[in-house]
Amino acid sequence: MDLFQYDFMIRALIGALVIGLAAPALGIYLVQRRLSLIGDGIGHVALTGVGVGLLLHHSPVISAVIVSAIGAVGIELIRQRGRTSGDLALALLFYGGIAGGVVLVGLSDDSSNANLMQYLFGSLITTSPQDVVVIVALGAAVLITMTVFRPALFAVCNDEEYAKVSGLPVRTLNLLMAVTTAVTVTIAMRTVGLLLVSALMVVPVAAAQQVTRGFLTTMALAMVIGLGAAGVGVAVSAEADTAPGATTVIVALAVFVAIAAGGAAVRALRRRAQHPREVEPPDVVLQG
Amino acid sequence: MHLMTVVDVRHLAVGYDGREILHDVSLAVSGGEVVAILGANGSGKSTLIRTILGLVPAARGDIDLFGTAQRKFRDWARVGYVPQRLGAGSGVPATVGEVVASGRLARRGIFRPAGTADRAAVTAALEDVGLLDRIADPVSTLSGGQQQRTLIARALAGKPDLLVLDEPTAGVDAASQEAFAAALGRFAARGGTILLVAHELGPLRPLIDRAVVVHEGRIAHEGVPPEPAGHHADPGHDHVHPHAALEKAGICEWAPADRMTAG
Repeated sequence: MDLFQYDFMIRALIGALVIGLAAPALGIYLVQRRLSLIGDGIGHVALTGVGVGLLLHHSPVISAVIVSAIGAVGIELIRQRGRTSGDLALALLFYGGIAGGVVLVGLSDDSSNANLMQYLFGSLITTSPQDVVVIVALGAAVLITMTVFRPALFAVCNDEEYAKVSGLPVRTLNLLMAVTTAVTVTIAMRTVGLLLVSALMVVPVAAAQQVTRGFLTTMALAMVIGLGAAGVGVAVSAEADTAPGATTVIVALAVFVAIAAGGAAVRALRRRAQHPREVEPPDVVLQG
Repeated sequence: MHLMTVVDVRHLAVGYDGREILHDVSLAVSGGEVVAILGANGSGKSTLIRTILGLVPAARGDIDLFGTAQRKFRDWARVGYVPQRLGAGSGVPATVGEVVASGRLARRGIFRPAGTADRAAVTAALEDVGLLDRIADPVSTLSGGQQQRTLIARALAGKPDLLVLDEPTAGVDAASQEAFAAALGRFAARGGTILLVAHELGPLRPLIDRAVVVHEGRIAHEGVPPEPAGHHADPGHDHVHPHAALEKAGICEWAPADRMTAG
């Protein structure tokens, strides 16, 4: 493909592929504990970090990592303590994050609408060589963390109380998850954009779990789907001149629809082909 | 170790939101003993074991596990916890083998990857509860009773000395009840200590050395579980007590009659 003769396209592709792999590897834990939308919230908070970076003439990526990590830890602490006010506290944090970001970006020297848009929805041409290094390094760190701690994170996300009684450092693992989520959101903002990063964490997992039977296989398939969607998304967006983040997400959603439809069709065919299966004994309470 | 007090609860009080649920409860479980905590819904029996496990903070009193104050206790691999049910499914599939493998983390720690010993323990635990043929199946495809056996296998995989079970017989099919009664029996025969909360015992009854009845946050009765008599022995008896007011003073089976309802 001719477009990949340009260095910026190669950089955009590398960034997208790293995120395509890392985002579902993290997202599966978020989906498992019913926090599918948390990445979206942290994306809102990260925008304030971008604003701080632009205002202080520092790298927006680094300030976004710091601010979104603080936000993610704050959200996690609210969740741990939280009972009633958690939901409201999260909403306040999210809207505070995006409003703060818009105001701070507006105050900075580089306050064009286009600048704000590239952080919100991603852009192919903004990934600098330094950005690629940061994205690859942090992406690798996310992948290694999610792989090495998979049994422990699975235990915590599957049954937090059991994990506590097992003596696992549940609070530390939850904070690790929060910080890793913040890092993933921030490295994804260049290509996918802050408003769509959550989709790459969730949609590949949603697609994979239509046809998988176990956690590990779901994680592996989701990463393959994420990688494929990111690659195809960047290529299509370059050819068709569409926004890369949105294109990637639409490709991932198309995979979800295709797998869901295909899986339903296969199940229906199998049911028709199969003889009536042995029926499980019904759950009854045996009376003493 | 047999003579050791595995669980020692002294003058425990527990409350949520200013409302006290347990008042001045004392309970000692010796090594190798099988103790059932019985009581009606809302009696505080689940709160008692959740406090022993550190899931609920104690307001007053002391808890020792294996001779160590619970706050300083770190050897959690010696404790196998079997919750009432598998956490509500989130949609992400997990196989029976993956869930049971979580039981090895207390022994192995979070940094070491699973090894041969871990896989062997998972296999042995699933064999013990009769679910080895389902190891690669998603837990969501199992019946309620089979899910309960999966949770027992998860606890057994860690090779604990103490098993703590929260209502293991609630809403479980007869085949599964028999299967895990047998698994618990083998665990007890190996010298394991069992503390379980139950609404009714069913096939677990022969295993129980001692029954403790919790009523309104206090221990109301402690002793050898009596055989059910009269119409309570009838398998069709469904524990509905329209005549509860008349029987109020007596203890029906072990739990106070006025709180006993069908499971």
